[in-house]
Amino acid sequence: MQWRDPTHSGYLFRLSTDYIIEANHNVTNYIPESALLICFGFILGGIIWGADKVQTFALSPRVFFFYLLPQIILDTGYSMPNKLFFTNLGGILVYAIIGTCWNAASLGLSLWGCHQGGAMGDIDIGLLQYLLFGSLMAAVDPVAVIAVFEQVHVNEVLFIMVFGESLLNDGVTVVLFNVFDAFVSLGGGAIDAKEIIKGIVSFFVVAFGGSLLGFVFGLLVSLLTRCTKNIQIIEPGFIFVLGYLAYLTAEMLSLSSILSIVFCGICCQKYINSNMNENSVQTVRYAMKVFANGSETIIFVFLGISAIDKTIWVWNTGFILLTLLFIFVYRFIGVFFLTWILNRYRLVPLDFVEQLILGYGGLRGAVAYGLAAMLDETKVKEKNLMVCTTLIVVYFTVILQGVTMKPLVNWLKVKRAAITELTLIEKVQNRVFDHMLVAIEDISGQIGHNYMRDKWRNFEEKWMSWLLLKPSARKKQDHLFNVFHQLNLQDAMEYVTKGERRGSLEFIRNESAFIDFKKRFDEDFADAMPDIMADKADEQDGASARRRDTISSVSLEMHEQNMRGLRGADEINSHHLLQQHLYKGKKQHRHRYSRSHFDINQDENEVQEIFQRTMRSRLESFKSGKMGVAPPKTITKHTKREQQPKV
Amino acid sequence: MGAKQTRSEHDHQDLVEKTGFSVEQIQNLHKRFQQLSGNEETISREHLKNIPALANNPIRMQIIEAFFDKRNQHGNELGSYETIGFEEFLMVMSHFRPPTLRTTTEEKETMRKEKVRFLFNMHDTDGDGKITLAEYRKVVEELLSKSGTIEQEAARAIADAAMLEVASTNVPNMGPDDFYEGITFEHFEQILKDLEMESRMHIRFLDVNTAKVHCGK
Repeated sequence: MQWRDPTHSGYLFRLSTDYIIEANHNVTNYIPESALLICFGFILGGIIWGADKVQTFALSPRVFFFYLLPQIILDTGYSMPNKLFFTNLGGILVYAIIGTCWNAASLGLSLWGCHQGGAMGDIDIGLLQYLLFGSLMAAVDPVAVIAVFEQVHVNEVLFIMVFGESLLNDGVTVVLFNVFDAFVSLGGGAIDAKEIIKGIVSFFVVAFGGSLLGFVFGLLVSLLTRCTKNIQIIEPGFIFVLGYLAYLTAEMLSLSSILSIVFCGICCQKYINSNMNENSVQTVRYAMKVFANGSETIIFVFLGISAIDKTIWVWNTGFILLTLLFIFVYRFIGVFFLTWILNRYRLVPLDFVEQLILGYGGLRGAVAYGLAAMLDETKVKEKNLMVCTTLIVVYFTVILQGVTMKPLVNWLKVKRAAITELTLIEKVQNRVFDHMLVAIEDISGQIGHNYMRDKWRNFEEKWMSWLLLKPSARKKQDHLFNVFHQLNLQDAMEYVTKGERRGSLEFIRNESAFIDFKKRFDEDFADAMPDIMADKADEQDGASARRRDTISSVSLEMHEQNMRGLRGADEINSHHLLQQHLYKGKKQHRHRYSRSHFDINQDENEVQEIFQRTMRSRLESFKSGKMGVAPPKTITKHTKREQQPKV
Repeated sequence: MGAKQTRSEHDHQDLVEKTGFSVEQIQNLHKRFQQLSGNEETISREHLKNIPALANNPIRMQIIEAFFDKRNQHGNELGSYETIGFEEFLMVMSHFRPPTLRTTTEEKETMRKEKVRFLFNMHDTDGDGKITLAEYRKVVEELLSKSGTIEQEAARAIADAAMLEVASTNVPNMGPDDFYEGITFEHFEQILKDLEMESRMHIRFLDVNTAKVHCGK
């Protein structure tokens, strides 16, 4: 059997593994998918080795860095919860920059110290090479973090700290690695203050340059989606192309490519989600998840396969064990120390348990392996030893720490993520909070977080949204408004179903009633529905209206399923009627870090509540003294009037 | 001047115990208070309204009212003041103090309750212990008034929808003729239980004097 193309067979492997894993959901509750994939990789590697006697496959750095990693990072950037990220950015940067430097330095120096002390026997590694090794092992890996934390659902602050750190430390890693690589090439003697300063300056250039580049590409993508009204079918393609372009451009300019693509995703999410039509947004989300999932699977399988290769194996007990020990210990030391400093400045300090998880979540992964594989053998004689050690560390963190993470989180009773969608009143309260905090800051004369955030929001609304959002998208921006419209829609549907249950079926059958219905709603929604106004000309053909109707509502779909179960075909007709003619809110996608579970607002309770609520007569059950209630001038008015005789 | 100094320091010490701020924070806030009041002993609503930075804030009237609301003074009185002194100012500010690592769980619970109570008082303007539809509507209308895209009608409708949501979830077995008076404090607390107020409703009170830095006076 000759397996020619690694990535091709990689996809086949992925299909089979995914099938097996999906079939065994119970298993993945205990063991993260990544660990299983690595083990699967071992098995496959064994088979290939048995068949060919030589390892035809290995994860080559080129394939990894250019074909497998970008889509994972683009996905994380695109689904990043921005508000949370930027609120905690200070802490994230501290861990990413100082933490990683500490990890690198401490590991390199300790290993060198042990080497001098003779613990490793006779190997040819100098101080600089130890530091180089330290720098490639230092970085927490985003792929591994997602893979492990996906099962675990810790509270969002904790997650964003680990995750943000794993993304942003790439800036540091790239710089450290390149700097030490250059030093190793130069040899010990040629290093002077000038080189060191160059190194420090290069950090700023690489990190900020990469982020800035990403930001620019993000703006570019947003602008592009603003202008793509007539070519909606290929909109999704642009996102991927430009995202990848951001990555490549950064690589080309020797800037941090991960930072570039992350900030591209972060910057553009809001605008492209508003500008593109709903189907495109769906497509982008699904495609991103597919690619990211695929890459992740391939990476882990190949990590497993790469191990089964006799030619690269060099065993040095001292080196390997000491590395494992130091990585673990120094991670905890670093986290505790940095958190102690951070807690004096944070509003909500991180407690001991959370720090433990932060430390334990410092997983190393494929990025470290990729960097190790990129080492130059002529300059670094013990490359194989380093590669092996890296692999062992990766296995240790992904498999062992991955498997024990969930039990540890449960045992320590770490605060978990909230899983329910906010109700309308909670959303209103959130808004109240934000304004209140800004006001108190103003009154007390302090410039704080909220003040800054408010200023940014004003700036953003005024300038950036004006530039980057389609005019129609700007109007629909208000989140509360959208949720409210969804709820309103439910009422509208109730109205229709009640109406036609009572026998006024001419509603649906009569053509002219069609138009009437539409006219009635038109004035109510005239401002907010420019898109649908444009479709007025096409009233006759219900089917074409539907094709053009690109915004659909989630709750409608849920409702549809309920209805299909409970009632008959008539309801579905009226349902489709509404779908064709009414304005709908955008789907509210929840941020979830899971690859395989892609929920869209599927809170059964919420739908049921709304259902129940509209079952009763509305404002009747909600009298408040002598209120003189004037019902709101929307669809709901009709519902109320119709239902009064009934009650 | 010397005697006055020690007297105010003595007062400040009392305030430290009452409100939980540190001495430096109290001194900073005192300076700010004097800035706002024009060096007088008390401030009125006008003084607060004149802060330029607040002009853009949609719910500023509610917040200003909150300062003058007697219920926020940890007492049992109702009604509102015309003018408030530094102590009352500080009491209101203390609702926004963040917990430290040293705060115990009971203290955190008390703080949380206080914050919820503060919010509740802000909504319940007539002080009858319930947030009625009219009151809630007012808050939502104010909240959304500056947002531009939403008119008053829609804001009202949102308030209605929110209240109904609350009504349906909290009182599921109501008959069609029952009154739903309004949201009580317990309901309100229930609703906001998931919002994690401990981690959200704080601002940072600095120990250093930034009153001069902020140019919004």
